[in-house]
Amino acid sequence: MKKSIKYAAAVAAFTATAMNAQAATLDDVKARGELNCVVSTGVAGFAAPDDKGNWAGFDVDFCRAVAAAVLGDGEKVNFVPTTGKTRFTVLNSGEGDILFRNTTETMSRDADLKLTFLPVNYYDGQGFMAAKALGVESAKDLDGASICIQTGTTTELNLADYFRTNGISYEPVPVETNAEAQTNYLGGRCDVFTTDASGLASTRASFENPADHVILPEIISKEPLGGAVRHGDDQWADIGKWVVNAIIAAEELGVTQANVAEMGAEAGDNPSINRLLGTEGDFGSMIGLDAQWAMRAIAAGGNYGELFDRNIGPDTAIGLERGLNAQWSDGGILYAAPIR
Amino acid sequence: MSGAKEVKQHYEPGTHPDLPPPLGSTGPIKWIRENLFSSPTNIVLTILAAFFLYKIVPGMVAWTITDATFIAADRNECRALNSGACWAFIAQRWHLFTFGFYPEAERWRVVLAFILLCVVIVALLWENCPGRSLLVKFALIFPFIAAWLLLGGFGLEPVSTDKFGGFMLTVIIGVTGIALSLPLGILLALGRQSNLPIIKYACVGFIEFIRGVPLITLLFVASTMLSYFLPPGTNFNLLLRVLIMVTLFASAYMAEVIRGGLQAVPNGQIEAADAMGLKYWPAMRLIVLPQALKISIPGIVNTFIGLYKDSVLVIVIGLLDPLGIGQASLADTKWQGLSTEVYLFVAIFFFISCYAMARYSLYLERKLHTGH
Repeated sequence: MKKSIKYAAAVAAFTATAMNAQAATLDDVKARGELNCVVSTGVAGFAAPDDKGNWAGFDVDFCRAVAAAVLGDGEKVNFVPTTGKTRFTVLNSGEGDILFRNTTETMSRDADLKLTFLPVNYYDGQGFMAAKALGVESAKDLDGASICIQTGTTTELNLADYFRTNGISYEPVPVETNAEAQTNYLGGRCDVFTTDASGLASTRASFENPADHVILPEIISKEPLGGAVRHGDDQWADIGKWVVNAIIAAEELGVTQANVAEMGAEAGDNPSINRLLGTEGDFGSMIGLDAQWAMRAIAAGGNYGELFDRNIGPDTAIGLERGLNAQWSDGGILYAAPIR
Repeated sequence: MSGAKEVKQHYEPGTHPDLPPPLGSTGPIKWIRENLFSSPTNIVLTILAAFFLYKIVPGMVAWTITDATFIAADRNECRALNSGACWAFIAQRWHLFTFGFYPEAERWRVVLAFILLCVVIVALLWENCPGRSLLVKFALIFPFIAAWLLLGGFGLEPVSTDKFGGFMLTVIIGVTGIALSLPLGILLALGRQSNLPIIKYACVGFIEFIRGVPLITLLFVASTMLSYFLPPGTNFNLLLRVLIMVTLFASAYMAEVIRGGLQAVPNGQIEAADAMGLKYWPAMRLIVLPQALKISIPGIVNTFIGLYKDSVLVIVIGLLDPLGIGQASLADTKWQGLSTEVYLFVAIFFFISCYAMARYSLYLERKLHTGH
């Protein structure tokens, strides 16, 4: 199976450029009336169906924002659930238009798999969790430990790097999904659970006795998570890029889901807000959309802060702090390029 | 009179009344003696089994029933209420498990299609069903009615196949695959034995190719690679691709099972058919296939069950079968970590469906057993 996937990925990469050079994704999406958004088969806080079967989560909200900007309705999204292994093939084969699947931007994915990454929407890093009873205080104490690890992820590669650099050994227990990793970890089939820090926090929060498990202090990698599109359609990549920028900029400028309609009704005193909401200049037409594109994207789910708080923020079961993901003006590194 | 009968100890030859058998050789005691304590090995095994059951069953019953929570809004509430299984998770997501993402207002169509399917299945499988001849005719148009109900159009709200999921998806894939792979498998098996080289080698090539490739690879090809082979802009429904691949896959296996049956039919039968002046198709239809299929029933049902269970592989191409729905549901922060409940629930569903198929095949074998 591995071979076939590699083969599929290779052919995907090979033909993607040729095929998509003439295909305008924007026109396809408009003709279809629905955005095919590649998400995960379930990562807590980022993408999961609720009890009614509606997809919800941080990544899902970005899908909805793009759909709102392009099609005028954040509900017009067809979610394509993928595993860590299949996500890029699905995107490259044209089954998906855009990908928001807590995906780390790396050079090889960008250049070799022929993806164009959108601005980072979540800065993450890989960490470890172990049972308190194991008595480890640092990841360097993990010599010989068995580690549950999701295949096809950067996590897998970081782990190998980290243990090699530190000259310690480990025994990988490969699993397919986060839920499976969790079951294996709780069932004692691996001593250590590793994934991005956001995933560790949410996983631990769901345990019966969260206090029995420690998250080790080391963060062993940089994981800038962002959306992605195929190579070869720059206009479509621009749409994705500026929707993400608009969502981040909206928080900085104080535009929220509640006040966006009022602020966008007529030009105000702040030219940045005017440009963002289309009351000044003609920025929408530069990416093939109308002037209200950003207004609709923000109205769909709110600005970055609202998306964060609703899905993964301190008041949710996941309870992540903003940390690196605060605006640059608040001590974080979120820094949206200006719309002008 | 009766008192005299009781004391009577002497009988004329042939007049002794039938007495009940002694207590130890009848009813449950006999059964226990014969089945559980018939030899020293059996006695040891029985005691060991009883001990294991004693150890396991109370815990299982407690976890699944007595300590379980059936109504709660999320997992924390479950935990607060009781220590066992949190079935509230399944109860809350029952619709998601059954219908996938099918729109709520249109779900009656799925239910109706399922009821019609049950009617058709009963009519086809049960010979004494009232009004059978009419229902069998209905079975021929049922696929079109079902497709209309599920997909919409012609007066019904159209529903995209992306919204299909859960048990509904399993049943659609299973029933379509089963219904189409049998006739296709018969044709392939006959083709493989054909005297015409082109037909023969085409069939052999097809069967060997499909059997040589894992289903997961075929599904992957269907979902992602096909877009490269088709002209750009063609939108070929994903579910349809899956149905085709699953059917082709099952029919290759089916062909080999049926070939086994065909080879078990003695040559004399075919020669006899020839002698009666029957042409190829009548000879096959009237003489060879009825015997061959009867022999192949266990293998055919085996393939059906395999196909039905293989439908969970569709998760690799982004369709959410019950298992996929379960995994996605586990990522909801409200319910995270309840994997045992999900897997057990899905296992029970598959067990019921597959066990029913197995029982029917046994019934069919007994019914068709003609004693030679």
